[in-house]
Amino acid sequence: MSSIGEGARVTGNRVASVACEPSIASVGDYVALMKPRVMSLVVFTALVSVMIAPGHIHPMIGFTALLCIAVGAGAAGALNMWYDADIDALMKRTSGRPIPRGRIAPGEALAFGIVLAAFAVGVLGVLVNWLAAALLAFTIFFYVVVYTAWLKRMTPQNIVIGGAAGSLPPVIGWAAATGGISVEPCLLFLIVFFWTPPHFWALSLVRVDEYARARLPMLPVVAGAEETRRQILRYSVVLVPIGAAPWLLGYAHAVYGITALIAGLLMVMFAWHVRRKRDGELAQSAAHHLFAFSILYLFVLFAVLLIDARIVS
Amino acid sequence: MDEKPQRIVLSEEQRRSRRARSIAIALALGVLVLLFYVVTLVKGPAVLNRPL
Repeated sequence: MSSIGEGARVTGNRVASVACEPSIASVGDYVALMKPRVMSLVVFTALVSVMIAPGHIHPMIGFTALLCIAVGAGAAGALNMWYDADIDALMKRTSGRPIPRGRIAPGEALAFGIVLAAFAVGVLGVLVNWLAAALLAFTIFFYVVVYTAWLKRMTPQNIVIGGAAGSLPPVIGWAAATGGISVEPCLLFLIVFFWTPPHFWALSLVRVDEYARARLPMLPVVAGAEETRRQILRYSVVLVPIGAAPWLLGYAHAVYGITALIAGLLMVMFAWHVRRKRDGELAQSAAHHLFAFSILYLFVLFAVLLIDARIVS
Repeated sequence: MDEKPQRIVLSEEQRRSRRARSIAIALALGVLVLLFYVVTLVKGPAVLNRPL
């Protein structure tokens, strides 16, 4: 048994307990438990989907839908941190999270996540519609059970399949706004789905030692950096037509299409740099640049899609 | 012989963080009530229309 924070204890691979003292967790610790940065990306993609969906949604209903999606994403984040507290403690990037630091007991995080998830799904169902609520419930289930508990520690394809959870918020947003699902939100799903592997594998190239120490079968750990670079380039190339698909299929104007093509080609260029620069600082910096650009890529694509739908139209 | 039950005495930090958490919970519940109230007004009679 070893201490990993101010009060948390690890037994084997699990965080076993936190000293039985009254909690010192601040509100900020609970906010951190909800992964606010991931939440912001989820809310942004869902917001764009709600805004570009056909028909009219009352701003208050739209706001409620986004609030529930944000809280649902936060719940999934909390449940992920509860389950992964043992490996979070082993990695520098995640060791400062509230559970490994001993700020929040694992049981508190579990209860917090379950309550938030129940509220998010229930309120979305009652105040917006039950299709959106069912999709949100499925997303939380997929992220926590399928990705976190099952795939993450089992296969190097963890983030490929698990990426579906992060890709669903635009579909939930669309369902909230229209009461149904059509081709457009499926295209948004595909964009985020194919964007996820190069984004996370770029990060895992930089953090390969940490993932290895935590015994996580990330692609660079299992198949090596060379294969990871190859896969990053493949996914980035596939992402170019998928990114432009809303325009190619007639759902968006040329403004979006040209932006998506340029951004896609830049993504391929960054992936190519990662493929070419294999050693030392240059390799690390190329992976960093791809990771940073991939965030910008997704933001630009969705922002231009919104401008295209609301202003150009 | 009467024995007084032992009680946990909170430190200043524990007391402060508990108070902050309590206020956050109260605010969250307040927002939830307000949300239901406003959405009910927005939906009007349609609030009773609940197709699955």
